[in-house]
Amino acid sequence: MGLLVKDKQVVVPGDILADDLGFIPGFGTYRNNHNLVCSRLGLVNMEGKVVKIIPLSGKYLPRRNDIVIGRVFDILMAGWRVDINSPYSAVLSSKETPEFIERNEDLSRHFDLDEHLVCKVTNVTSQNLVDVSCRDQGLRKLRGGRIVHVNTHKVPRIIGKKGSMVSMIKQATNCRIIVGQNGLVWIDGEPDKENIAVDAIRKIETESHIPGLTDRMKTYLEEVTGVKLSLTEGGDYNGLQ
Amino acid sequence: MDYNKRLDGRDFDELRPMEAKAGVIKKADGSAWFRMGNTTAYAAVYGPRELFPKFMQDPKKGILRCNYNMMPFSGAGERVRPGPSRRSKEISAVTEKALSAVVDLSDSPNAVVDVYIELPQTDAGSRCCGINAAAIALADAGIPMRDIVAAVAIGHAGSKIVVDLNYEEEHLPHYLEGLTDQDVADIPVAIIPSPGEISLLQMDGIVHKEVLFKALQKAKIAAMQVNEVQRNALKEKFAHTNEVDFDDNNGSNGANYNNSDNTNDNNENQFDENN
Repeated sequence: MGLLVKDKQVVVPGDILADDLGFIPGFGTYRNNHNLVCSRLGLVNMEGKVVKIIPLSGKYLPRRNDIVIGRVFDILMAGWRVDINSPYSAVLSSKETPEFIERNEDLSRHFDLDEHLVCKVTNVTSQNLVDVSCRDQGLRKLRGGRIVHVNTHKVPRIIGKKGSMVSMIKQATNCRIIVGQNGLVWIDGEPDKENIAVDAIRKIETESHIPGLTDRMKTYLEEVTGVKLSLTEGGDYNGLQ
Repeated sequence: MDYNKRLDGRDFDELRPMEAKAGVIKKADGSAWFRMGNTTAYAAVYGPRELFPKFMQDPKKGILRCNYNMMPFSGAGERVRPGPSRRSKEISAVTEKALSAVVDLSDSPNAVVDVYIELPQTDAGSRCCGINAAAIALADAGIPMRDIVAAVAIGHAGSKIVVDLNYEEEHLPHYLEGLTDQDVADIPVAIIPSPGEISLLQMDGIVHKEVLFKALQKAKIAAMQVNEVQRNALKEKFAHTNEVDFDDNNGSNGANYNNSDNTNDNNENQFDENN
């Protein structure tokens, strides 16, 4: 009786999580008579009486204020259509660019097709229409560098607490790195250092479940780059820089 | 003449040996491999993704699109002609219906989830095997769903109810003297395990009403065994995943990294010690 699963346990759709009415269904669960049943693959998370599922797979779903990296794939009358690695594309309005755009100006002079940019999700409607903006500090077009795709659900691990993980990679490789919440990572630096940064990110992605990740990454980065690293808390990490 | 001993020596309600694996196709959003005896199926799920042409979009919910394909070399006899056939189109359609009974795409309006089922080796029961693989692949892709559908074929030969037929049993009159086509039936069934509902029921042959009810009873028991294999395959793929510091996930934006860490400051250290 009561809760049938442990906190942080892997569950699959159809698993019965609890069999009495003492628990409240949260994200990824539903109630079937007196049972609380799982509807998404993920980890059980208890918050008081609320049982919810933390998904382990699935596409990126845009949320307000997310910093994402997008690719312009269409130019509209007054803006751009941006692919943000999600089921739904986003619209960047010509009013939301860093510099003022005159009426009837050629929009491709600001953002051309296939160019990448960092932007912020400003609005998501119920029908999943997404608006993004480039009008904030650090939001801009990405020139040079390279883009790496990672699992969306591993992004928090790559960023680390207050950006500690990503700032460690930056310190070691001297690259500029931007981690988008949508699983796109932009890396710009010296080519061989870029390679090290990519390897490090791949390593985080595959080993994020093994305890002691931060220390392991520190030793690994010190080994490959020969740079002595100090573990710094980013402090004012804002998703960019 | 009756069917007293199965051609491959199994018990009458014994399934063929089953095996399953999740996440076998790297580039797909979700994928799975399922084997029932000599029948193997791969399923790859892509999506949810934008659906074009636009007139096919449904603003109320996402749609599910299945494609069943037998590879040319998959059968034991003649080469299967590649490309869609009347048979494969029908199976694609019933697979879609069997699976859309559980998936919930109301959070993905105007989108589509594509399921591609490929069969490199077939020995009867291929639509069931395909549904089993597709159900795992959909869960692997993180699609919200009520339950994991399990499918199995139940047959009737002579006076016996036979679970999970192979090719020879499907064509029993060719292999066994004294049985005619009238004595043999093949009933593929897909079951939603927790409510015990049926989401696919087809039949090839003729059976009595009472026999059909008995067969469906057996199908439910067999489907539970299939479901066990499916669940284990998914759990095995993610078995190593017991991450702790997930509170970061809530604060998806940069700003939140500053605000939300008074609660989880020491989580990583705790994690190290506890494990």
